[in-house]
Amino acid sequence: MSVAVELRNSRLEIYHFRLRLAIAAGFMLAMFGLLAARFVYLQVVKHEHYQTLAEANRISIVPIVPNRGIISDRNGVVLAHNYSAYTLEITPDKVDDLERLINELATLVDITPKDRRRFRKLLEESKNFESLPIRTRLSEEEIARFAANRYRFPSVEINARLFRQYPRGELFSHVVGYIGRINQRELDQLEADGLVANYRGTDYIGKTGLEQSYERFLHGTTGVEEVEVDSGGRAVRSISRSPPVSGNNLVLTLDAKLQEVAYRAFGDRRGALVAIEPSTGGVLAFVSKPGFDPNLFVDGIDPQNWNELNSSADRPLVNRALSGTYPPGSTFKPFMALAGLTYGKRTPQQTISDPGYFNFGGHVFHDSRPGGLGTVDMYKSIVKSSDTYYYMLANDMGIDAIAKFMAQFGFGARTGIDVTGEAVGVLPSQEWKMRRFQQKWFAGETISVGIGQGYNAYTPLQLATAIATLANDGVMFRPRIVDYVEDIRTRERTAVEPNPLRTLDIKPEHLAVIKQALIGVNKEGTGARAFAGAGYVSAGKTGTAQVIGVKQGEKYVESRVQEHLRDHALFIAYAPADNPKIALAVIVENSGFGARYAAPIARQVLDYYLLGKEPRPLKRGKDEDDDAGD
Amino acid sequence: MTPAIRRIGDYFTRHIDGVVFGTVLGLMAAGLMVLFSASNANLARVSGQLANMLIAFGVMWACANIPPHYLARLALPLYLLGMLLLAAVALFGDVVHGARRWLDLGITRIQPSELMKIAVPLALAWYFDRYEATLRLGNYAVAVVMLAIPIALIVRQPDLGTALLITASGFFVLFLAGLSWRVIAGLAVAGIASLPFAWSVLHDYQRQRILTLFDPAQDPLGTGYHTIQSTIAVGSGGLFGKGWLNGTQTHLDFIPERTTDFIFAVYSEEFGLFGNLVLLATFLLVIGRGMMITANAPTLFTRLLAGAITLTFFTYAFVNMGMVSGILPVVGVPLPLISYGGTALVSICLGFGILMSIATHKKLVQT
Repeated sequence: MSVAVELRNSRLEIYHFRLRLAIAAGFMLAMFGLLAARFVYLQVVKHEHYQTLAEANRISIVPIVPNRGIISDRNGVVLAHNYSAYTLEITPDKVDDLERLINELATLVDITPKDRRRFRKLLEESKNFESLPIRTRLSEEEIARFAANRYRFPSVEINARLFRQYPRGELFSHVVGYIGRINQRELDQLEADGLVANYRGTDYIGKTGLEQSYERFLHGTTGVEEVEVDSGGRAVRSISRSPPVSGNNLVLTLDAKLQEVAYRAFGDRRGALVAIEPSTGGVLAFVSKPGFDPNLFVDGIDPQNWNELNSSADRPLVNRALSGTYPPGSTFKPFMALAGLTYGKRTPQQTISDPGYFNFGGHVFHDSRPGGLGTVDMYKSIVKSSDTYYYMLANDMGIDAIAKFMAQFGFGARTGIDVTGEAVGVLPSQEWKMRRFQQKWFAGETISVGIGQGYNAYTPLQLATAIATLANDGVMFRPRIVDYVEDIRTRERTAVEPNPLRTLDIKPEHLAVIKQALIGVNKEGTGARAFAGAGYVSAGKTGTAQVIGVKQGEKYVESRVQEHLRDHALFIAYAPADNPKIALAVIVENSGFGARYAAPIARQVLDYYLLGKEPRPLKRGKDEDDDAGD
Repeated sequence: MTPAIRRIGDYFTRHIDGVVFGTVLGLMAAGLMVLFSASNANLARVSGQLANMLIAFGVMWACANIPPHYLARLALPLYLLGMLLLAAVALFGDVVHGARRWLDLGITRIQPSELMKIAVPLALAWYFDRYEATLRLGNYAVAVVMLAIPIALIVRQPDLGTALLITASGFFVLFLAGLSWRVIAGLAVAGIASLPFAWSVLHDYQRQRILTLFDPAQDPLGTGYHTIQSTIAVGSGGLFGKGWLNGTQTHLDFIPERTTDFIFAVYSEEFGLFGNLVLLATFLLVIGRGMMITANAPTLFTRLLAGAITLTFFTYAFVNMGMVSGILPVVGVPLPLISYGGTALVSICLGFGILMSIATHKKLVQT
């Protein structure tokens, strides 16, 4: 290629040069034109898009979590409240090697193996990009140490957070319940209810008890702050702010001291006690023993504690008062007697001869007292707890009449108490058996129903509601634990109104007979020993239920089988007899006779409630007690 | 005005080109304003830049007063000195932010690649002028080698921005010197063919920047962050901008390097499309004046030098604004006369000084 350029002619040379220069000028104009086009595209065509992006960069909507409502008893004793503490939180999404990060943090703050386990559990449960606490309740010193090293941990921050605390611990674990971190299922539910926006920034939600059933009242309304943030996410200034509205306080009908007396009265026995004010349905004490420490759940329970609680043979997580179902045993008898009177099957004076057994079509039903009680009228049948009397009565009435009558008292139906998780129980009837087992009812099955055995299974709450209804002359109230909801700003109180469900169709003279007999029980009958020397007139009925332990998905635990086969002790009572202020039902699991194990607990509760008497150490009767009769 | 004062005034302004001087002054004033905003009203930074500007003016004035034929004499020694320093950098240079660009002379540290921005076009213009009468293809080959060696050294540092500017200035000299279209086409083909090889030579971060240009969203918090945020700044500026000191992207720290390479994002956010077009027009004015000076320059040396200076200035402006608005990859090229930083300011004003010298000394030379 001979491309030697001849540039001898000066004018030609200038011409060529200027041509090139013109080409360069054209090129530059084109490039600037390109830039101008780009500017028009960005700043006119797509301006709105970028404007939106810039605003999104600039403005951050920060939710302000409201304070959760406080729960206190009828006397203002705090059962659940909040305290502020500093937590060390990691955003796992921003971390490559969590283990190493935690190890580095452990050089600054105390991180126990328990904290690590808990964190790992939280990590498994959370899918989103939220920050998770590795440590809660940092000390001042730990905060200072971390603050000095903060630059090393861009994915870790200290946050001041409100924590829920349950100062009375296990005493109220089943009734107050607890809160825990919101899980996916609860999130879905919130979404379905359209409440997600109000839960922005909220990590916790009521899981059980009142914390769960009154969640909507306790939570409050989340506030919003619009803040201008810089590229580091630091708030530069506040643009607008709508403050949160604190959750409402709950004031309960419960009496904390009474609850404590009742709880302690169980000693180390398992069981449940529900005490109700008959004239209002207000629950005074609601005990399920054993309890557990609800505070463990607040920060997310660590697997070790969880396993302990979950696998304990005592099943502390089961709310026995609400969802445990038990045969009522002889506590069923006064209701049976009332049914007999109401349906005209018995008169108070009508007597039977009790030989100690009842023969039904060749099958012999034994009385718990060999030899029987001889001549027995209605009063004696209750006071001394005759089985034969009620075998006969049940036989005379038939199962469906029994079911119809007992349904009025709420047996076998949810009471509608303001805590969720209530069990239905079983009020047996022909229809029930057909539905449940696709089998016909056998007349022989009616016999043991008469003494509160057989298919009978009720919650302690149902039993307490029934005796309260009886004490209240047949006017039945829906039991409730919350007395009123208090708006924390306006101090406005919204009462959970006493709700008379129905007035039972019972003649007053019939009721008087039964009440008289119940007084007799504590005066001269199976409850007399437990109530000896009480400074008030009380009414009660003992019961002993043969059973197979708690029915809540019982696991076979060998070491405890023996004890679990023992009878449950029951007692129902109200006092003072002429103007009942309190009615209660007690069950002591696998302990034995109701008169010996359940009645003394009831005595302590009534003594405290009516006389303000502090309990003394529980005294147990001797084995050769006079009341083998139930 | 007395004749004495007029004579003194004449002495200072004799070699100053009014159009170039006026636009440079205007751009610098705008630059100070934008810098004030971009630095969050950091007066130390603004006054520091003001000092840089005074130095730059001094350099410009001095260069304007040096007759072009003195510059021709300096061309080769300056080029050789620059090469020597570049070699020294490659061997003993200090590493700052992962790049070996600085040479520690004991008293002060210098960045020899900056010197080459002027030394390369100067040397090439001198070379073509010297062989003007007998230019052959071989001369172009020599020129290409003179250009390629310093570029290779600078790419290795690595300093892609400076390498790009020097490549551009060198190429402009070759182009204006009449490099055959066939050779240009050949070079273009060879360039495209060697792209895979060039790709393999690039550092990872350089490759990433180029990839990011096509899809900034693939790495929004890494290399794509600059482009995404500066594009948002430009776009959200709209027709008339958010107003001086009111750019949210700027003042909430979303634009990285907003006083230096990305200062155009600040300007564009606060003054909008209107401001951008005014800026483009101003740049065009000074470029157009440079082209006129080039066209009327008396010798091949001055023509080539003036053309290279003007086109290089264009390259600065185009590459910077292109990168900020997201149509070019991110390379370290400042917005001329606006970005904070003394070195670029001085080297650009030095170029304008030479341009003025060429414009005002031609009559003397011609006579």
